[in-house]
Amino acid sequence: MTERTASLWQFRQPSVIPGFGLALGVTLSWLILIILIPLSGLAWRSSALGWTTFWELATDQRTINALRISFGTAFLAALVNVVFGVILAWVLVRYRFPGKRIIDAMVDLPFALPTAVAGIALTTLYAPNGWIGSLLTPLGIKVAFTPLGIVFALVFVGLPFVVRTVQPIMEEIDKEVEEAAATLGANRFQTISRVLLPGLAPAVLTGFALAFARGVGEYGSVIFIAGNLPYVSEIAPLLIVIRLEEFNYPAATAIAAVMLVISFAMLLIINTIQAWSRRRYGYGA
Amino acid sequence: MAHDGTASHGSTGNTELVRVATSEHRLARYGLIGTALCFVGMFLVLPLAAVFTEAMRNGPGEFLTVLADPETFSAIRLTLIVAGIAVPLNLVFGIAAAWAIAKFEFKGKAFLTTLIDLPFSVSPVISGMVFVLLFGSHSLIGPWLQSHGVQILFAVPGIVLATVFVTFPFVARELIPLMQEQGTSDEEAALSLGASGWQTFWHVTLPNIKWGLLYGVLLCNARAMGEFGAVSVVSGHIRGLTNTMPLQVEILYNEYNFVAAFAVATLLALLALVTLVLKSLLEMKYSAQIAASRRH
Repeated sequence: MTERTASLWQFRQPSVIPGFGLALGVTLSWLILIILIPLSGLAWRSSALGWTTFWELATDQRTINALRISFGTAFLAALVNVVFGVILAWVLVRYRFPGKRIIDAMVDLPFALPTAVAGIALTTLYAPNGWIGSLLTPLGIKVAFTPLGIVFALVFVGLPFVVRTVQPIMEEIDKEVEEAAATLGANRFQTISRVLLPGLAPAVLTGFALAFARGVGEYGSVIFIAGNLPYVSEIAPLLIVIRLEEFNYPAATAIAAVMLVISFAMLLIINTIQAWSRRRYGYGA
Repeated sequence: MAHDGTASHGSTGNTELVRVATSEHRLARYGLIGTALCFVGMFLVLPLAAVFTEAMRNGPGEFLTVLADPETFSAIRLTLIVAGIAVPLNLVFGIAAAWAIAKFEFKGKAFLTTLIDLPFSVSPVISGMVFVLLFGSHSLIGPWLQSHGVQILFAVPGIVLATVFVTFPFVARELIPLMQEQGTSDEEAALSLGASGWQTFWHVTLPNIKWGLLYGVLLCNARAMGEFGAVSVVSGHIRGLTNTMPLQVEILYNEYNFVAAFAVATLLALLALVTLVLKSLLEMKYSAQIAASRRH
């Protein structure tokens, strides 16, 4: 028995490739310095508040409303993105039409366009005198400066997440599956709703989770269109900024901690559902 | 009926039958394409068009006056400086992280990958706020740094730190799946032929990953130049000093100086368009070398 096989617990498997120590060292020190120390500072600050103070700050009515608005609008926007994102991905994968390539490239615009620019552009567009807003006003629909405006901004921000997670999986769908379904007597609608869409479920869920998580924390594109009325259209990140500007660090810390805890819990739940649905349906996504 | 009729035509009839059975009715197809186009128009095309139209509202003369303003100039300069520092830092980190994660098997790898992705699930405002808590006047090191004349918050270092935090995962995220897919056989061959570790990296690994790397840098840079929430919290909005371009857009807009706000915004929109064009070109020409990264 050589010494090497004697150790049961081995940190890493042997390899001839050099540079593990250096690469991992750089990675860990950078990660600790930039991400972990600052984030643990937040955790430390919120635990230093003490439970009673923390609870008092977190259950302040304005805070609760802001959190409800942030999570609610992000949820709605992610749902809208699931519906239209799947349609858009389907159209891009399956059909041929003029300008398809440009549209495909445009889908990534929200990744590339700074959020502040998106915010002022959407506000101008959906304001009562804007290009689209002026068409909606006679119908009694107000978008800008209402919670609906927040949803619109978050739809913009989250759109590429759904399309870009669903699209590659759709491209991989084996045509034979559809042929088999058709042979067995399914009509086109049945094939799509019973055979194709369930297989896309894990990818759709991932897209939903990413769009939702992004929407909850989004700030730049929302603050211009929201109207920012306390209790009505004030999102949680904005309330954090307001508290920071008042130098009310305990309140800001409490809101941030609640936001992070809820976000991580939801991501955990969604990851679990995702793992389950991947086992149940997935295309090996 | 039609069923048997088509089938009896032989192979061409069969293909036709399969095509009909596995595609939607023409009306459904047009309906879906129409819906998708409307959606893209409402949320992507028109907002972009609005930026350029609003900037040119009072003609190109005023547009150019705004751009020639010294405050705009200093905002552009600061944005370039911040991205110029943050992107290379995250580039080095990204390569190191991808090298460790993709080329080796070790305990806790999945957890490390999750930690690297962490900034994606933190609100930009919170990303900025953690540095306010760390370096603010109520913190442990804030007053000490202050007494030694080091200004982090409401100054360039704070803006750089917040930007690095926010753009942290971009390069690593593009490289990890790509390098995992490429495996280690090329490097092993080079090493067995006597190349040193650095030689292997420069002459074997880097050429393999260069397009994926460029792709990651492109996205990282777009975010670094456009970041708003995190930077807004740490910058202090000092005009001509700590305003990046997105912050300048906000200030001008809130002063109802819409033409000026949109004029600065056009520069950022152009940056976004250039990013998209380069990104599409990379995807078209070198899809094999970035394919892995599109599938995360």
